[in-house]
Amino acid sequence: MVPDEVVDLSRLQFALTALYHFLFVPLTLGLSFLLVIMESVYVMTGREIYKDMTRFWGKLFGINFALGVTTGITMEFQFGTNWAYYSHYVGDIFGAPLAIEGLMAFFLESTFIGLFFFGWDRLSKRQHLMVTFLTALGSNLSALWILVANGWMQNPVGAEFSFETMRMEMTSFSALLFNPVAQVKFVHTVSAGYVTGAMFVLGISAYYLLKGRDVEFARRSFAIASAFGLAASASVIVLGDESGYELGDVQKVKLAAIEAEWETHPAPAAFTLFGLPDQENETTHSAIKIPFLLGLIATRSVDEEVTGLKDLKTQHAERIRNGMVAYGLLQKLRGGQDDAATRAAFDAVKEDLGYGLLLKKYTANVVDASDAQIELAAADTIPKVAPLFFSFRIMVALGLWFLLLFGLSFWHCARRTAGQRRWLLRAALFSIPLPWIAAELGWVVAEYGRQPWSIGEVLPTRLSTSTLSAGDLWFSLAGFIGFYTLLLVVEMYLMFKYARTGPSSLGTGRYHSEHGASPALAPQQA
Amino acid sequence: MLLDYETLKLVWWLLVGVLLIGFVVTDGFDMGVGALLPFLGKTDEERRVIINTVGPHWDGNQVWFITAGGAIFAAWPAVYAAAFSGFYVAMLLVLFALFFRPVGFDYRSKLKDPRWRSTWDWGLFIGGAVPALLFGVAFGNIILGVPFQYDELLRPTYTGSFFGLLRPFALLAGVVSLSMLVMHGAVWLALRTADPIESRARRVAQVAGLVLIAAFAAAGVWLWLGVEGYRIVTMPPTDALPNPLAKTVVTAAGAWLENYSRYPWLLAAPLAGLLGAAATILLVGAGRAGWAFVTSASAMAGVILTAGGSMFPFVMPSNTHPGHSLTLWDASSSQLTLTVMFWAAALFVPIILAYTTWTYRAMWGKWTVEYIRAHDKEAY
Repeated sequence: MVPDEVVDLSRLQFALTALYHFLFVPLTLGLSFLLVIMESVYVMTGREIYKDMTRFWGKLFGINFALGVTTGITMEFQFGTNWAYYSHYVGDIFGAPLAIEGLMAFFLESTFIGLFFFGWDRLSKRQHLMVTFLTALGSNLSALWILVANGWMQNPVGAEFSFETMRMEMTSFSALLFNPVAQVKFVHTVSAGYVTGAMFVLGISAYYLLKGRDVEFARRSFAIASAFGLAASASVIVLGDESGYELGDVQKVKLAAIEAEWETHPAPAAFTLFGLPDQENETTHSAIKIPFLLGLIATRSVDEEVTGLKDLKTQHAERIRNGMVAYGLLQKLRGGQDDAATRAAFDAVKEDLGYGLLLKKYTANVVDASDAQIELAAADTIPKVAPLFFSFRIMVALGLWFLLLFGLSFWHCARRTAGQRRWLLRAALFSIPLPWIAAELGWVVAEYGRQPWSIGEVLPTRLSTSTLSAGDLWFSLAGFIGFYTLLLVVEMYLMFKYARTGPSSLGTGRYHSEHGASPALAPQQA
Repeated sequence: MLLDYETLKLVWWLLVGVLLIGFVVTDGFDMGVGALLPFLGKTDEERRVIINTVGPHWDGNQVWFITAGGAIFAAWPAVYAAAFSGFYVAMLLVLFALFFRPVGFDYRSKLKDPRWRSTWDWGLFIGGAVPALLFGVAFGNIILGVPFQYDELLRPTYTGSFFGLLRPFALLAGVVSLSMLVMHGAVWLALRTADPIESRARRVAQVAGLVLIAAFAAAGVWLWLGVEGYRIVTMPPTDALPNPLAKTVVTAAGAWLENYSRYPWLLAAPLAGLLGAAATILLVGAGRAGWAFVTSASAMAGVILTAGGSMFPFVMPSNTHPGHSLTLWDASSSQLTLTVMFWAAALFVPIILAYTTWTYRAMWGKWTVEYIRAHDKEAY
């Protein structure tokens, strides 16, 4: 058995490297389409300032993109290096979207990103625009395939356990692709990326407007970002709500944990706006509730129940008992007692095999588990409520703030008063980090809320690791922390430097610090 | 379904080979160029010329590597699991070395400070040379067999250590892979730069070609005389559901050469390796760098096919539990997954080749110091 320390360190390493990678992904998703918009305007109007915008924001895009690529390789390696049993057990399904992601999306994005930077004087205007568009398309398609893979971890459809090969095998590729969880995750995640890209451009443009430099450049960038951001923040909220509906359908535990719903209440359930979840006593203190709202979000009806955590735990204990039977039959089948009756008996309970595997934490042989051990395993099926409860609420609050901020920005752009509203510009500037916080918290809700499973109801996380020593893990963890810290410092340094310099960094001779103008001399009528 | 399970398993063995060859032919010259950067570029501007020859392409090229990894995950999950976790420390060293490439290329020329630039130049050197060497060492170990076994739930356990990988034959295989990527990178530089870098690159390509011929031939002799190969005694039918524990395997000296007497046409692979390298030396010396690139690519394809063909049908033998070795028959994914992946590859690989070719044509020509000076703000 793999020691607890190795399991914990493997999880820590995965969480750190995934959260870190996800610092760079949302900006790539959003900024790439903003570049397409800016360059489209350039191609349509022929005005050089839009070309400069594409090139300058493209420079910042490149600084971010380089680290996205660097940290993305880690993710692909890591399933094999650290989650070998997972890779063996579900590679038949999980590997396919990753490989297709490479073929369909990474090649497109990575081949054309080179021409985006190097092709300005080698391609016609239209060809270059097409290159920019294909880069953006490639980035977004790669999000599609990775979320097909991730959606399957949450809701493993189109697959079945095979005792002969001792792994899950694909039974329907279209079920995998059209998994409803994957679909809502994809649109929610890319919208969040668009919000991130828009906030980045909005905030940095606001900085130039506050400083009164490169005003024409900044005003146009601000306008495009506010329109794009308004649409994106509206869609991220609507589509996030759609995720809630899908959760109610297939991930009842995660939904109940996010909402700290300990009991099953009569329909329609109330939504807990705020409270202090108490895992030990299975209750939420000082809860402020809005009647009916949760029932409406999760079931789209007023007469369906949302199952509470206590009842879910009881149901899971029953499934664990079934899982013990499944495990016993699996041992017989693997041991050569491969007759029709045993197969039929196994097929009847194999849906619960994953629940049986939860007992591996307490007894290697599974079938001999005591009632107390079954209770412990059932308690493990409920993730820690407080982190999910708060992560979710902060994420939603940030989403509403983005909608408000982009709405105000758009309003003032339309009235040509954005440049005079210094409070708005300051709010935009200081909101730059917020989409990253929201995106990381969204990741926490999705992945921490999936525990104790790596594949929902199929494979427990603690069985999924490689057979490694704690020393191996300390070595790799130290390497990741060292490299990633260093790279982040370098990246932030360059990003700040280029963002501060602004479009002057293009060396066109048209911008602020190139003609020695002081900020005070810049146009006032912005 | 068009293809039966046995054919699909065989086709995927070939497709993994195609992806690996695609990787060395494209990303291989990036790595060779990285490994040569601090030595062939004497000034900052010369180094920028060298970096910019791969500037527009390295990222697309790297996807051959990423896709080869993804394809192994999808087509041979057991191999992906056992190899990546078994070679844990080596894999992480490769990964950490690869970190230097994307940031090195993109960040190096964004600041003028010479120490900053020189640091990244050595980073790009590590990002090119270390993976080029370690890939060969890993292949050499696979040819020798690596210590792993399965338990009753098919969980792989690796019982070796990182230093256990540094066996003499494996190190020789590392010399083969490093020299072939350096040769390829030098040929690329001869093709895409002007003097004085061009003539330096030509000489390096010739030296690396000679090292490749010597190391590759020595590895062949070693396989023949000194390396225990693996031989299947009994196994389930090739279209059976994959089960890596259902066969019996013995080891025997020279067993890795048995495929060549069974299928004499397989000798074309090592011959392509040797003749391709020899032709590269002559062509690059004669100033025909374009043709040298073709022969260099053929040499590398020959080397990879030699490794795969000698081991066929083994993919990853176990030296502690030979019966647990992984073969293309018993490490594969299900028939449905192989079918889906086959059609995905059949559809996308031609499209990828088409647009990749277009990007190379758009950027074609020799990079010069003058060009770098004129494009100071946008070139790497």
